[in-house]
Amino acid sequence: MKALKLTVAAAALGAVAFSGAAQARDYVSIMGSSTVKPFADLVAEEFSKVYSGKFAAPVVESGGSSAGLKEFCKGEGEGTIDVANASRPIKAKEIQACADAGVTKITEIRIGYDGIVFANPVDKPAFAFEPKDIYLALADQIPVDGALVANPNTHWDQVNPAFPHQEIMMFIPGEKHGTREVFEEKVLEAGCEAAGGLEAQLKANGDDKKAAGKACMKVRKDGRSVDIDGDYSETLARIGSNPDGIGVFGLSFAENNPDKVKTATVNGITPSLETIAKGEYPVSRPLFFYVKGAHVDVIPGLREYVEFFLSDDMIGSYGKAIDKGLIPMPEEELQQVRSNFANGVSVGS
Amino acid sequence: MTTISEVSTSSAAPSLSPEVARRLKRRYAAERRFQVYGLSAIMIGLAFLVIMFTSIIQAGLPAFQETRIRLDVELEADKFPTDPAELTADGLRLVGWTGMIQKSIRDTLKPEARSDAVLMHKLLSPNAEVAVRDAVVDDPSLIGSTLSIWVLAAGDVDAIMKGTIDRNLPEEQRTVNDKQLTYIDRLDADGRLRKQFAFTLFTAGASSYPESSGIGVAMIGSLFMMLIVLMLALPIGVAAAVYLEEFAPRNRWTDIIEVNINNLAAVPSIVFGLLGLAVFINFVELPRSAPLVGGLVLTLMTLPTVIIATRAALKAVPPSIREAALGIGASKMQSIFHHVLPLAAPGILTSIIIGLAQALGETAPLLMIGMVATVFTYPATPMDPATALPVQIYMWSGLPERGFVARTSAGIMVLLGFLIFMNALAVFLRKKFERRW
Repeated sequence: MKALKLTVAAAALGAVAFSGAAQARDYVSIMGSSTVKPFADLVAEEFSKVYSGKFAAPVVESGGSSAGLKEFCKGEGEGTIDVANASRPIKAKEIQACADAGVTKITEIRIGYDGIVFANPVDKPAFAFEPKDIYLALADQIPVDGALVANPNTHWDQVNPAFPHQEIMMFIPGEKHGTREVFEEKVLEAGCEAAGGLEAQLKANGDDKKAAGKACMKVRKDGRSVDIDGDYSETLARIGSNPDGIGVFGLSFAENNPDKVKTATVNGITPSLETIAKGEYPVSRPLFFYVKGAHVDVIPGLREYVEFFLSDDMIGSYGKAIDKGLIPMPEEELQQVRSNFANGVSVGS
Repeated sequence: MTTISEVSTSSAAPSLSPEVARRLKRRYAAERRFQVYGLSAIMIGLAFLVIMFTSIIQAGLPAFQETRIRLDVELEADKFPTDPAELTADGLRLVGWTGMIQKSIRDTLKPEARSDAVLMHKLLSPNAEVAVRDAVVDDPSLIGSTLSIWVLAAGDVDAIMKGTIDRNLPEEQRTVNDKQLTYIDRLDADGRLRKQFAFTLFTAGASSYPESSGIGVAMIGSLFMMLIVLMLALPIGVAAAVYLEEFAPRNRWTDIIEVNINNLAAVPSIVFGLLGLAVFINFVELPRSAPLVGGLVLTLMTLPTVIIATRAALKAVPPSIREAALGIGASKMQSIFHHVLPLAAPGILTSIIIGLAQALGETAPLLMIGMVATVFTYPATPMDPATALPVQIYMWSGLPERGFVARTSAGIMVLLGFLIFMNALAVFLRKKFERRW
C-alpha cells in the first residue's frame, strides 16, 4: 500500500513538474502534406546525420497540406510549428488567417515537382492516353453529337478504337487529396476542352464558365471510377485484385514497383524525371514548404535546415531527394528560391 | 452427446407414442444442428485468424534478417582532424564518410566505367557510413588502419537476397539491374555478403530507407505512454470505482455519473484525441508529439474501462465478507482496505492490463496530437517528441519501397507479441489469484 501511495504522489508531482517546465524547443518542427513528407523525412534524416551533435533532429509530422497550414497559421512562438509542407500553393484565405494570428513573415520555398502517372498491372499492355480519353472514360456527362448524355462508355475501345476491349475501371485519388486537384485540372478539364465537352457544358449552363468547368470535372458515380482516400499502396492493392483496373500514382511510387505496375504515356510522353523536369509530360505539380520568418535564427537549426534542403546535395539535379522521386527544378528557379530565402521574401508582399 | 440421446430414446421408446417419438427426434436433431452452427462459427473465426497470421508472418519474417556487406575501409590519417579533442561526433561530421565507403566498394569490385561505379555505390545503404563513423568515434586509434566492417546493404540488395524481388524477372521490371546482379553475385562468392539477425529493426528510429529504419523510438514512446497510463489510470480508476461502489449514496447524481462512465467507454477513441488537442496542447500548451500528451489522452480513454471492470471486481466480493469485518468491529474503511480490495485485486489487475493492452494498440487519438511523426532520435523524457508502435506501423504501410512492406508486417508481429503477452499475463494472474466462494 505504501508503495502505491508513493507512486501516486510521484505521478502527480511528475505531471505538474512536466507541465510547468516549458523547456526551450531545440528541434525544428515540421508538419503538412503527405506527398512532401518523404522528401522532408529524407532531408531531415540527412540533416541529423550531418549536423549530429550540433542540432537536434527535426520532427516531421504528416496530416495533409491544409492541416499543416492551419497549424502553421496558429501564431508564433515555440508552441507552434516552424515549417508547413504543402503540395499546393498557400491560399489567400490562409495568408489572411496567418496575418490575423500575427504570422506575417512567410517565405515560400518551392522544392521541385511531383509527377502523376497512370498505371495498370504489369502483365497487361500499356496504354497511351490523351487527356481526352480519360475524360471520355470517367466524366459523368460526355458530349455525343453535340448533346450531353450520361456517360455510356463501358469499355476502353468505345473511348478510343485504338484501345483494347477492356472494362473501364479507374482508381483515382479521393477529393481530400492534393493530387485530385491536379488530376481534375490537368486531365479532366483539359480533356473536356479537347473532346468538346466544355463547349457543350457552356451551352447547357448558359455560358457560366465556372459551372461548366465544374461539370467538366464531375466524375461518374456508377462504380467505374473509384475514389481512393488512402495512399498509393491502397491503389496498388486495388489494381492488384482488379486486373482491368488503372490506377493513379505518384511517379516515384510507380518507379519503386516496376514488377507490379506499368505506366501509361500521356500525349505520347513517357513519364520520367527528364520529361517532367522539361515540362513535356503534362500531369505534374510543384511542391512547396513554407517557413515562418520570425522563427528563423530563433529556433536552433531552422535556417540550416532550409539551406540544407535547398543544397545541391538534396534537390539539385543529382541530389538525394531526386533519387527518392522528387523532380528537380531548373537551375535558375532553384537560385531564385535560394535568394528568396536569404532575403526573407514573404508571400503576399 | 450421442450416447445420451441413444440411451434416453432407447430406454423411453416403448412407452412413447409415435407422435411424441417423432417430436423428440426433431428436438434432438435441432440441438445437433445448433451445435454444428456454433462449431462452424468458431471454425470460420479461426480460419480468418489463421489466414491473417500466416499472411502477416509470411510478409514480416524477412524483415527480421538484414543483409550486410563486408568492406575494407581505409581510414587514411590525413582525412581526419589531428587534434584528438576534435574526435567527437561533431568534429568528425565533416569527414567524407560516404566517399570513404564508396571508395572501398570500388576497390573491391573494380568498376570499368564511371557509370558502373554509380551502380556499385547504390549497393550500399545510404546509411552504411554510420557504422563506420560510430566505430571510429568509439575507438579513434583505428585511424590510419584499414577497418574490416560489415555495413548495411541497400534495401534493394536485401530484397534480392531474400527473394522478395524476383531476380528472374525481366530487367525492366526490377529495381536492381543485371549489372548490379552480377556485382551481388561476385560479393556473395567472395564471402562479402551475409544475412544476419536484424538488430536494426529493434534499435533504429525512423528512416527514409527501409534497411536502416526500426521501431526503437516507437517502442520507447509507447513505453513512456504506458507508464503514464499505468501511473494515472490505476489510482484514479480504482479510487473512483471504490468510492462509487462502496461509499457513494444511490441517488440521481450517482446514476448520472454511472450512465456517463458507461457512455464514455463506448465513445470513439478519436474523440479523446480531439479533446487532448484542445485541452493539453492548445490550452495547457504542452508540446506536440510528446508521449506525455499521448499518455494523458490514452489515460482518459482507458479510465472508463478500468472503472467499470474494477466495480465489477468489487461487486463480485460477497457481502458476507464486508459484514463479517464490520461485525467484529472494523470500520468501513478497514473492511474495504483490509478485506474487499485484496480480494478484488486479481480482477482489478486484469482490468488494468487489458486497459493497457487496448491503449497500446490505439492509433486514432494519437493522430490528432502530432504523434504521427518521423522521429529520428530517442526521447530522453516524456516531453521529447516520439512516436508510438501502432503509429509507426501505420506510417510504414504507406511507403513505396519494397522493404517497408516487410517492415510493416514485422512491426505488426512485434505489436501482436506484446498484446498476446499482456493478455496472457492477465489470464495467468486471474487464474493464480482467483478465489471462489
